[in-house]
Amino acid sequence: MIADDARPRLPRGVRLREDKVRARWVLLAPERIVKVNPIAVEILRLCDGARNLGEIVADLAQRFKADPERIAADVRALLASLAEKKMVET
Amino acid sequence: MSETPPPPEGLLAELTHRCPLACPYCSNPLNLDAPRDEMSTDEWKRIFSQAAELGVLHLHLSGGEPCSRRDLAELVAHAVEVGLYTNLITSGIGLTRDLFDRLVAAGLDHIQLSIQGVDAPQADWIGGYKGGYAKKREVAAWVTAEGLPLTVNAVIHRGNVEDAPRMVDLAVELGARRVEIAHTQYYGWALKNRGKLMPTREQSDRAYAAVEARRAHYLGTVVIDHVAPDYHARYPKACMSGWGRQTMNVSPSGKVLPCHSAEIIPGLVFWNAREKSLADIWSHSPAFEAFRGFEWMQEPCRSCERKAVDFGGCRCQAMALLGDAKACDPICVKSPHHALVDEIAALDSAGAVDGFAPRRYAREPKATEPA
Ligand code: SF4
Ligand code: SF4
Repeated sequence: MIADDARPRLPRGVRLREDKVRARWVLLAPERIVKVNPIAVEILRLCDGARNLGEIVADLAQRFKADPERIAADVRALLASLAEKKMVET
Repeated sequence: MSETPPPPEGLLAELTHRCPLACPYCSNPLNLDAPRDEMSTDEWKRIFSQAAELGVLHLHLSGGEPCSRRDLAELVAHAVEVGLYTNLITSGIGLTRDLFDRLVAAGLDHIQLSIQGVDAPQADWIGGYKGGYAKKREVAAWVTAEGLPLTVNAVIHRGNVEDAPRMVDLAVELGARRVEIAHTQYYGWALKNRGKLMPTREQSDRAYAAVEARRAHYLGTVVIDHVAPDYHARYPKACMSGWGRQTMNVSPSGKVLPCHSAEIIPGLVFWNAREKSLADIWSHSPAFEAFRGFEWMQEPCRSCERKAVDFGGCRCQAMALLGDAKACDPICVKSPHHALVDEIAALDSAGAVDGFAPRRYAREPKATEPA
């Protein structure tokens, strides 16, 4: 479980990038290409190692006028699955 | 097929076939490209630009030993500039501290370091290079201190099969974020040395299970990529994720190949990146078109429900073992020739391990290396 005060970030060697040729966004990591949906792009853009989990959720909840509890669940699920693949550091 | 195939995600650039090591399982072709035929810095840069435009995301700089190219840092800088995720596949030999710093400054994304064994005597014997193991440990320390992701890559064969799980532990000790444990695939030099490299079925089963057992233990610590022992499998691998579907290889002299071993298939026509654009080659080169889709298939693949899963296995393996590149890969239990694979594996695993055929140029090339 990722702590509320964790400050997630993309580790060195993991890049979030637009894949213009295929009109999508991807996370590039060693030998891995992960397609990223628009919501995940918004989440990952906030994972800069400065903001903590609470701040990320608050930011998204406000911008998308959504329920913070649901956003928190989405954010945690995404980050947990990427952390297992060593594509996010928390 | 006339419609444009979806663009490739990866490009493997064999910058040079020069290498200070002599691994008996090297996947390079027996007929190595001579140093004097290597492409220039500008030619490689043009290829990287074309690759990015075509839709390539991952660039793998390989060889031979890519550090043998004096322009390596310049090539990395260009690849990064055009937006490619840049991976260096190296033995670590020839990677000086100065070059490492220049590669980092150029924006290199990832380093994949090969390890031949779990200690110096074993590793240096297999790689045929004294002091290699110590040098690799030094390089691994530079990479992790810098914070760059490190992959440790170990090829498994009869000479080190009992140590496969310890290779995973070693990778963790070295601080790797990812480890690739690859049972030898029999192409190029490995095919030539198969009789010295093939483990017994019991050995490879045991090694495979022991590495798998590490997965749960190291979850979140290291990503384990495991390449199964081909000759002991029931179904073939989806070679290259399907011919001409995801990746292309460029040889030191500019030949563009669907896989590194494709030249063993007689009659295939390869186009050269010195003469044509990558986009043109990807879509129209006869060699890429040869085994795209399912039309070329024979039975039992043609009517098999797994044909979109493994694409009939490996064309080069069907060629090497059966003399027919369109045949079902005999690794498959459904192949009428599957018994041959069992026979070869049993026979080849029975002998002694010493006396590998050393990887070297066929005729000593003239000592003129490109500047
Ligand atoms: S496999 Fe060994 S011999 Fe072949 S290029 Fe790599 S380090 Fe060199
Ligand atoms: S018969 Fe062909 S397509 Fe079917 S599993 Fe075997 S190799 Fe794959």
